[in-house]
Amino acid sequence: MSKKKLSRGVALVGAGMSKFGAFPGLATRDLFVEAFQEMLTTIDKGIDPKDIEALYIGNYSSDLFEHQGHTAPIMADWTGLAPRPATRIEDACASSGVALRQGIIAIASGLYDIVLVGGIEKMSDLPTAEVTDTLATASDMLYEIPAGFTFPGFYAAMGTAYMHQYGATPESFMHVGIKNHNNGTLNEKAQFGATIRKIMDGKIAKAEAKGYPVPDWADEVEFLQDNRANPIIAWPMRLFDCSPISDGAAALLLVSEEIATQFTDTPLYIIGSGQASDVALHDREVLTSIKAARLAGQEAYEMAGVTPADIQGAEAHDCFTIAEIIATEDLGFFAPG
Amino acid sequence: MSSHTITQTTYQQQLADGKLMASHCPACNASYLPPRPMCPQCFGAQMEWREMPTHGKLAAFTVVHIAPTAMIEAGYGRDNPYCSGIVELENGLKISAQITGVDVSQPELIQIGSAVQAEFLQREAGAFLAFEVIE
Ligand SMILES: [Zn+2]
Repeated sequence: MSKKKLSRGVALVGAGMSKFGAFPGLATRDLFVEAFQEMLTTIDKGIDPKDIEALYIGNYSSDLFEHQGHTAPIMADWTGLAPRPATRIEDACASSGVALRQGIIAIASGLYDIVLVGGIEKMSDLPTAEVTDTLATASDMLYEIPAGFTFPGFYAAMGTAYMHQYGATPESFMHVGIKNHNNGTLNEKAQFGATIRKIMDGKIAKAEAKGYPVPDWADEVEFLQDNRANPIIAWPMRLFDCSPISDGAAALLLVSEEIATQFTDTPLYIIGSGQASDVALHDREVLTSIKAARLAGQEAYEMAGVTPADIQGAEAHDCFTIAEIIATEDLGFFAPG
Repeated sequence: MSSHTITQTTYQQQLADGKLMASHCPACNASYLPPRPMCPQCFGAQMEWREMPTHGKLAAFTVVHIAPTAMIEAGYGRDNPYCSGIVELENGLKISAQITGVDVSQPELIQIGSAVQAEFLQREAGAFLAFEVIE
């Protein structure tokens, strides 16, 4: 297959994000408006929102989470952009990443010059069992779900395969959670914004204040090993191995390369993008690597003309701690294991 | 025009009869589990049913504490966790199934590679494929 490239350049000139958390009383559209308004303020030289030509909105399951289908036109309407074409992209956890890619493709095709890309999810209205059911619909309802698998369960199964193959332990996964909670403190919009140490110290202080037995965790790992502090969701994935049930939205503005400097003197050019699909977990040749991620990474690297060694920073998908470990290997930052 | 002979509905009826059935492409001499109506290698649609071996080994597993609604209705959940896994059959095909015969309170003792044998669970909601760890 010949090397894929964009027909013309695409640049990112604005980005906004809502606060992430659990927000009873707020709907998806409220969070998207929040992200959209912030995005407008980040465009150095400003924009007339009416110049936006199309929207690509990533959303996994407003249908089940909020009982709201046909979500993209509502986002267009609430941001004052109706009747522009508004398309929802559903690709499970990758929905918004694929929406970004569709926005890139739409501009590269020459059809549009200014495109709004959104990512939206409002998960917290449902009770946990129904959130579990909703997430599980991203797997094969005929042949995987009858086995009792949940979405955390799939990654947990990859985790046991990984432990078996490479000698990892549940503690190996805990260190990813500790690191990512540290990173979360650097972002004021993060859902928790607290280190595991701070969460642990908070529980100790609370026990002391209430006169309860004070836990004797020596460090974060001991805290994370405690079934009461960190209950098992799907072994070896525990609560702090799993991304929380979250509400939030993000908005990006993409423009064609030719007009990018009308919006900012420092546009971020998109130099590579990749996408692939994969089969049910039981049909994969290996259970400790995700082929779609490897192929998508290769495509993006080839398009950009770079190698993993050139990458200085990455945000890998970490729905579960094991997911980030596998992603960083599939993207070529670390050897397997 | 496909006559829709290879379907999940039929597979499910076979599970209820205590049989694990795959579909087989005579052209490629390849079997597919779960059964597929079209061969993904040669795109042929002349697929036939073929009974699968009932023995295999455990390839991956998890012990689920936060259960989906269907498993809660079957009596599982936080206070009664269960094991789900992927089994590699003797012929190399893999399938998802509930795993029984393990101590779910000690998941660290469950061994990948353990020998398993198919069992066919009958619940109110229908027949379910499971594998029991036998060693
Ligand atoms: Zn074939």
